Amino acid sequence: MSKELKLKKQTVSEWMKSGDPWVWLNAGAVAICVIMVIGLLLLIAVRGLGHFWPADIVEARYEMPGTPAYNLVAERVETAEVSAAQLREAGIQVEDHHDMMSRTLMKTGNRDVYGSDFRWVIDEYLTDLRRPEMLFAAERYEWGNLYGYLLAVKEDGKVVAETSDKEPTASALATWEAFQQRIDRALAIHDDIYEIEKHEIGSINYALERIRLKQRGYELRNELTPAHLADLNAERAQYDAEYKQLQQRLIELYKEINRDTFVVEAMDGSVHEMQVAKIVRAYRPNSMGVFAKLGHYGSKVVEFLTAEPREANTEGGVFPAIFGTIMMVLLMTILVTPFGVVAAVYLREYASQGWFTRIIRIAVNNLAGVPSIVYGVFGLGFFVYFLGSGIDQAFFPEALPSPTFGTGGLMWASITLALLTVPVVIVATEEGLARIPRNVREGSLALGATKAETLWRVVLPMASPAIMTGVILAVARAAGEVAPLMLVGVVKLAPSLPLDGNYPFLHLDQKFMHLGFHIYDVGFQSPNVEAARPLVYATALLLVIVIALLNLAAVTIRNHLREKYKSLEM
Amino acid sequence: MSTKTDLRVPELDFDTPALKRHRRIRGLKDRGATMGIAVGGSSVILAVLLICFYLLYEVAPLFQGATIDKARSFALPAGEAGKSLYLTSEEQAEVGFRVAENGDMIFFDLANGDVMNRVVNPHSSVPTAFAVESDTSHEIAFGYEDGRILVAKHVYKITYPNGERLITPSIEFPYGEEGVQVADYPIRNITMRDSSDRMTLAIMGDQQADVIRFTKDVNFITEEVELTEERQSLPFVADTQALLLSGDQRYLYMVTSTGDLSEFDVRDMDDITLKAELDLLADDAKLVSISYLLGQSSLMVADTSGRVSQWFNVRDDATNEEILTFIRDVKQPNGITGVAMEHRRKGFATLDEKGSVAIYNSTSSRQVIDEVVSDGSARMIGFSPRANGLLLEDSKGIHFFDVDNEHPEVSWTSLWGEVWYEGYQEPTYTWQSSAANNDFEPKYSLMPLAFGTIKAAFYAMLMAVPLAICGAIYTAYFMAPGLRRKVKPVIELMEALPTVILGFLAGLFFAPFLEENLAAAFSILVVLPIGILLFAFIWSRMPQNIRWLVPEGWQPMLLIPVVVVLGWFCVAMSPVIELNFFDGNIRGFITNDLGITFDQRNALVVGFAMGFAVIPTIFSITEDAIFSVPKALTQGSLALGATYWQTMVRVVLPTASPGIFSAVMIGMGRAVGETMIVLMATGNTPIMDFNIFEGMRTLAANLAVEVPESEVGSSHYRILFLAAFVLFIFTFVVNTIAESVRQHLRKKYGSL
Repeated sequence: MSKELKLKKQTVSEWMKSGDPWVWLNAGAVAICVIMVIGLLLLIAVRGLGHFWPADIVEARYEMPGTPAYNLVAERVETAEVSAAQLREAGIQVEDHHDMMSRTLMKTGNRDVYGSDFRWVIDEYLTDLRRPEMLFAAERYEWGNLYGYLLAVKEDGKVVAETSDKEPTASALATWEAFQQRIDRALAIHDDIYEIEKHEIGSINYALERIRLKQRGYELRNELTPAHLADLNAERAQYDAEYKQLQQRLIELYKEINRDTFVVEAMDGSVHEMQVAKIVRAYRPNSMGVFAKLGHYGSKVVEFLTAEPREANTEGGVFPAIFGTIMMVLLMTILVTPFGVVAAVYLREYASQGWFTRIIRIAVNNLAGVPSIVYGVFGLGFFVYFLGSGIDQAFFPEALPSPTFGTGGLMWASITLALLTVPVVIVATEEGLARIPRNVREGSLALGATKAETLWRVVLPMASPAIMTGVILAVARAAGEVAPLMLVGVVKLAPSLPLDGNYPFLHLDQKFMHLGFHIYDVGFQSPNVEAARPLVYATALLLVIVIALLNLAAVTIRNHLREKYKSLEM
Repeated sequence: MSTKTDLRVPELDFDTPALKRHRRIRGLKDRGATMGIAVGGSSVILAVLLICFYLLYEVAPLFQGATIDKARSFALPAGEAGKSLYLTSEEQAEVGFRVAENGDMIFFDLANGDVMNRVVNPHSSVPTAFAVESDTSHEIAFGYEDGRILVAKHVYKITYPNGERLITPSIEFPYGEEGVQVADYPIRNITMRDSSDRMTLAIMGDQQADVIRFTKDVNFITEEVELTEERQSLPFVADTQALLLSGDQRYLYMVTSTGDLSEFDVRDMDDITLKAELDLLADDAKLVSISYLLGQSSLMVADTSGRVSQWFNVRDDATNEEILTFIRDVKQPNGITGVAMEHRRKGFATLDEKGSVAIYNSTSSRQVIDEVVSDGSARMIGFSPRANGLLLEDSKGIHFFDVDNEHPEVSWTSLWGEVWYEGYQEPTYTWQSSAANNDFEPKYSLMPLAFGTIKAAFYAMLMAVPLAICGAIYTAYFMAPGLRRKVKPVIELMEALPTVILGFLAGLFFAPFLEENLAAAFSILVVLPIGILLFAFIWSRMPQNIRWLVPEGWQPMLLIPVVVVLGWFCVAMSPVIELNFFDGNIRGFITNDLGITFDQRNALVVGFAMGFAVIPTIFSITEDAIFSVPKALTQGSLALGATYWQTMVRVVLPTASPGIFSAVMIGMGRAVGETMIVLMATGNTPIMDFNIFEGMRTLAANLAVEVPESEVGSSHYRILFLAAFVLFIFTFVVNTIAESVRQHLRKKYGSL
């Protein structure tokens, strides 16, 4: 520090006395904090982004001492050093001269064949490693990935393309081409089926349920006249007819989609015949160039962002979770902004500034520090059980005993989070209001404006950046909050989005999915954590990006605001 | 200046009707806005404050006492049959049931006392012995002069003719209406236990006693139950007042009127042994009754001195034997004349010779009510199955009381003290809110949860406080402004990271990583400070032109690669250390040699992850406090010749210390209430152990796990609300203290 100007070198004790070591230790603390933050972000980014990259498939011979050798076809997941002692304890016969060994987690896929899709192998015993071009990976709707060699493609049980080569010969490539064409065809039919099952039949079911509730409502009010009943039955019959038609069409489509099959040879040489309809996509990573891999990467990212989850949320996309999070945050913002601003304006501009206001201000300030789970408990007890069941009894008696608002849902979640974040908005707005110089207000009043006009035309516009900051911070907090949501309406898998084409379009009573809860649920409640892990990293990355962007926006607005009103602060 | 300035007001009329109207509308709008904002603002604030009151509103019923109100009285139904031997009601407390002295079983309407169904004693003589199998099984047993026994069961059929509930009571005889001949002597005393595969019976005559076991075998063809009888005679104990079989049909107790208990092990009918002899009562007291609490493991012994004591079998580790042990007792001034057990909870009621009824709960050892409801002639009480009604019989007839006793199991001791639960070897602090069986004793000690909360917060603070405060000191005082502008947003970003992500990384990435590199975790604590100091020393020895490459206040940039390399070094060295000092298996060393339990998701992981979450909070407030220390103070100190570090320690830190204190408080408030990290990074087991390698369950995580499953309005639900309230108040108080300290500090140095 200051000593650096001296030319003479210090002795050790002088150096110790100068206090410099302490300064350096403090600097170390800063360095550690920065490393932790950046390291964590990097970790999430690398793991989250890496998930979509098509990894090479290796084929090797694996022979562990004391066990029979077998052929291994798998993707490398991660490698770790492990001490030989631990391996011996686990019952693996390791030669005595080893101290440390590296082992690799291999994703072998084919869970339907082997029971699990991962296995640890010790690198030492892997021999004859190669990356054959014709090895392919296929993502499936069920049972995770499939790895193997394509042998044949069949249509209605008749072979249309066949190969016995494991090298990229003409016949092998032709079979592959036939396979790809049939996957595309199956995917197109799959889309049709999805459209019918999800949307058309879904809306018929919804309409039927509404008819049932209407009838029950009549019954409860003793108004069910034969005329009503006839009307309802007519409507019902109409929907039933539509349903029958759709079902007929579905049967045809299913017949179509199940036309093609393919034959695959798994790593142990066993041959399996499967339906092409079970495949989401198939690719040969070992033969892909960088650009092909980039294209694959892009399509996987798009799938992640826009598709629905598959296989107990461990595969596919997170679109419903993104959608749910956004809906919930939007509703919360709509609630929290006016109320927060009104409360802040009241506290700062209208309430008399005495000890009582000061206490209120401190209380509101501190509410921001109350654990979020407490808000969740309050939301469940007060909103869901108390208000919700009251609303059900008053407005939805026909649906009882199944609750409408008497269970967690989008509305209660939004209100609970609004309550949780309203202190943030109040505090930020108050700060903004306090920063507006008195003379601006007085000038407006001197020109004859009323207090309300001054507020509306002068004060609030000047405070608007502060309000924006508060709202953005509230949104950032709400988007990352999970604990209270677990109590008031988030589910692991919602059957439909809270906004759809069925009247009344916005379903405030529905449960919804949430990115943060998705992370918790897939990472900790999933039966196959290992397979789900990459997806959790990707989801985490998405959440971090959203929240980092929101915070950056808040910081930028805050700085901008400071610059703008600097001249007023005299 | 012209003196001819036209000072005339322009001829504008401000009082045109249109302008007047406009002004009035503006005035109205202004008043409307004032009102609207006042109402809106105060209602938002009220809504926010409502949280506190709502939590209290849910918690309050826990601490309200019970009430007992006489609802109806009527003459003894079928009074000519004699006094009652047993008194209870059916589920809805609409139909009463009593067993009369002459053996008649009488159902009566609890609304008016009308006899609904009277099943006359099928045996010709008056019963000489009577026993209740258990309240929940509805089975009762009679013994007769001729050595016969009769087992009866009161059953209720519920039908809904015309949409109204109709309860039809009746009596069934599971072992035949004529009874079973079990002895050739008059039965004076009887006890019975029935289960799906066997029935055990103990009888006592004037001179002899026997134990009889019927094994039930279902005939596969006819599906009839075939009984195989085994019998064994027992030693006769004179003056025996009560016989009792344990629920598992293993132990038989004989108790004399002075309270001498003989315990027989009757599991093996061929080898019945006298296991123990005990004196249950004080010297001058006489036995009133001995009966089982729900679950049939606790014996409740009532005596004439007004004492009810609880006893159950406690396993002795050394001998692996179960020993009947005195657990706790309750006392009241008057002698007890009758006891009734609750059917669904571990509660009981006593009736004393002055006619007052007291209701207790054994787990919380709490007397919820004690009220005189009758007079000295009261002789029998019985609970309705839901314990919301109590039947009392005295010389005037039967009285039915409405009992409102929602949360007897909650008391200060049961929440915060050590409680000796059934089946435990000693009093413990235990949280176990639910189990698979119905007769389970709920364990609502909040201590393990509070302990877990403190443990998690402690390890988090252990990690966060040094890092955050040291970092803040450097950032606020030594760091170059250019770097500071970059570092602060990074730390603020750290604060914004959702805790669910931290928890997920802690649980799925860091916990396994730490388990594999345990040695690194501890060596880094030593290596990092030493390494940093070493580097600093070497740096100070560098030639000047090298040192001047990095300007003043940019040391952290120099240290980042150093820390990364040191960290990597520790991780790389971890296997070597493990191999050389712990035989390659540090986990095995910890569990086997040190005898410490090791969980993968432990307090170390939580401390690290939650420390990470708390660092930014402490950091920014501390940084703020140090940065706002007036420059005049530090400059004065430096001018007097103090070094920067001396100024820091002697001037800046003392001045900023209240601010740092409030930073630590707010950080702790956050650590205490943090939910997702603990939920994901620990095993969530409610244990009381400060071991760093074991997990914990915190109040907040417990709420997240249990609130969605708890039944609305139950004791469990309200206790969870109590936990939420405790969290609320704790963080609120801590934050208020911190905030007022900070405000005070700001005021104090604002003028400097």
